[in-house]
Amino acid sequence: MKPAAFDYLQAATLDEALDALHEAGGDARVIAGGQSLVPMLNMRLARPAVLVDIMRIEALQKIERSGGDILIGAGVRQAKLEAWPDLVDRLPLVAMALPWLGHVQTRARGTVCGSLAHADPSAELPLSLIALRGSVHLRTKRKKRTVSAEDFFLGMMATDLAEGEMIEAVSFPARADGTGYGFNEIGRRHGDFAITAVAAVMTEHSASIAIAGVDDRPRRFDVPLPGNSGLDDALNEIAWDLNARDDIHASARYRRELVRRLGRRTIEEAAACLA
Amino acid sequence: MTKVAMKVNGRQVSGEVEGRTLLVHFLRENLGLTGTHVGCDTTQCGACTIHMNGQAVKACTILAAQAEGTDIVTIEGIATGGELHPMQAAFKQHHGLQCGFCTPGMIMASIDIVNRHGSDLDEQTVRHELEGNICRCTGYHNIVKAVLAAAGAQEQRQAAE
Repeated sequence: MKPAAFDYLQAATLDEALDALHEAGGDARVIAGGQSLVPMLNMRLARPAVLVDIMRIEALQKIERSGGDILIGAGVRQAKLEAWPDLVDRLPLVAMALPWLGHVQTRARGTVCGSLAHADPSAELPLSLIALRGSVHLRTKRKKRTVSAEDFFLGMMATDLAEGEMIEAVSFPARADGTGYGFNEIGRRHGDFAITAVAAVMTEHSASIAIAGVDDRPRRFDVPLPGNSGLDDALNEIAWDLNARDDIHASARYRRELVRRLGRRTIEEAAACLA
Repeated sequence: MTKVAMKVNGRQVSGEVEGRTLLVHFLRENLGLTGTHVGCDTTQCGACTIHMNGQAVKACTILAAQAEGTDIVTIEGIATGGELHPMQAAFKQHHGLQCGFCTPGMIMASIDIVNRHGSDLDEQTVRHELEGNICRCTGYHNIVKAVLAAAGAQEQRQAAE
C-alpha cells in the first residue's frame, strides 16, 4: 500500500460533503481529480484521516457565465474546460495556459479547482487566476465566502482555506474587448513544473504581468506599456523584488533572467494579440 | 473496506478494497492483470496508463474506489482473439520497444492519441502527446514511427468495420 490509511467517502450531494468536512475538522481533505493529492498521498507527504470525494456531486460540474465572469465548479476537470467550445473566445489566457499543464492523461482527471487548492507556486492555473484577478468561492457547512486570488494564495502549497472549508467554484473574469493576452513557460520538460511561467494582460492603456515558479506564490505586477523605455527597468525591479531561490532545477539568477526576458516576450505577445 | 464494481476489459468485476487501494494495484493484485505497470506512482512516467470511460488516464493516482462504475480497458483487453491490436502490431513491426517496461502504457496512450486525432496525425503531435510517457531505452524514434504507422492502420480497420 502506498498511501497511509484513510476513510474514503463518496459524497452524493454538496451538503453531504460539507457535513463530512465539518465533522472531521482538520483531518479531512477533499479529493477531486486527485492528480496532485494522490501523488502526495503515495509519497505520504499528506496523511489525511478522511478523504471526501466530490466528483459525483452534480451541482459542482458546471461551467457557466455569471456577469462578466466564467464560473467553473469544483468538479470540472481540466480536459472538460479545454474542450469547452467558448474557451478561446471567453478565456483566451486560460486556453494558452492549459496545454502546459501536466499531460493529456493528467488533464483527463485533474480539476481546475483542485489545482488552485494544491497551490503549487509554479502551477499555471493559479498563475492565470492571479493574472486575470479572479476569485475563489469557498464554502463550509455554515457559511459561504468569496476570496480574491491575491488573498487566496498564501505561500507554497498554502491557501486561505480554513478547516471544514472547500472550494465550491472559481470565477475567471472573461475576456474584455480591447484586451490582449500572452503566456510563456520554461521548464525542464514540457508538462513538468515550470521553472518560470509568465502571463501578461494588456489593454491600450495598461499592462500587467503575473509570474509563477519564482516566489512562493504567483504574483502580479503592473508594468509600463511595451513601447515605453521603462519596461526593461520595471522587469528588472520585479526580478529582484521576487524572492527567487536556487533549487535543483535552476538558480535564482537564472530565474531572474527568465523574468526579464520571458516577461518582455510575453508582454510583446500580448500587445501583438491586442493589435 | 469499500466494495467496488466496474467493468474491466468488457467483463463486470467487483472486489473489497481499502480506501487507499490504488486502481493500478486493484488491477494487478486483485484481478491479476499485471500488464499495467507501476513506475513512479506520481503520474509522471505513464507506465500505468489505461483507458477509463474511453480516455487515457494514469492508474497509479486514481483510487480504486474512485473507479466505481467506470469502464476500464487495460493492455490485456485490446487484442481480439489471437490477433494483436494494430498499435501492438505496429510497435512490434517498427521495434518500438527494448526492455518493454513502458510499452503497455505507451500503447494505451498511443491508442488514445489515434482515437482523438485519427489518421491526420503528425509527428509533432505524437511527440507532444506522448510527453506523459517516459521510455528509458528507445530514444522514442521507433515509438513515434509505430504510432504514425498505426494511425493509418487503425483508420483502415474502423473503415472496414
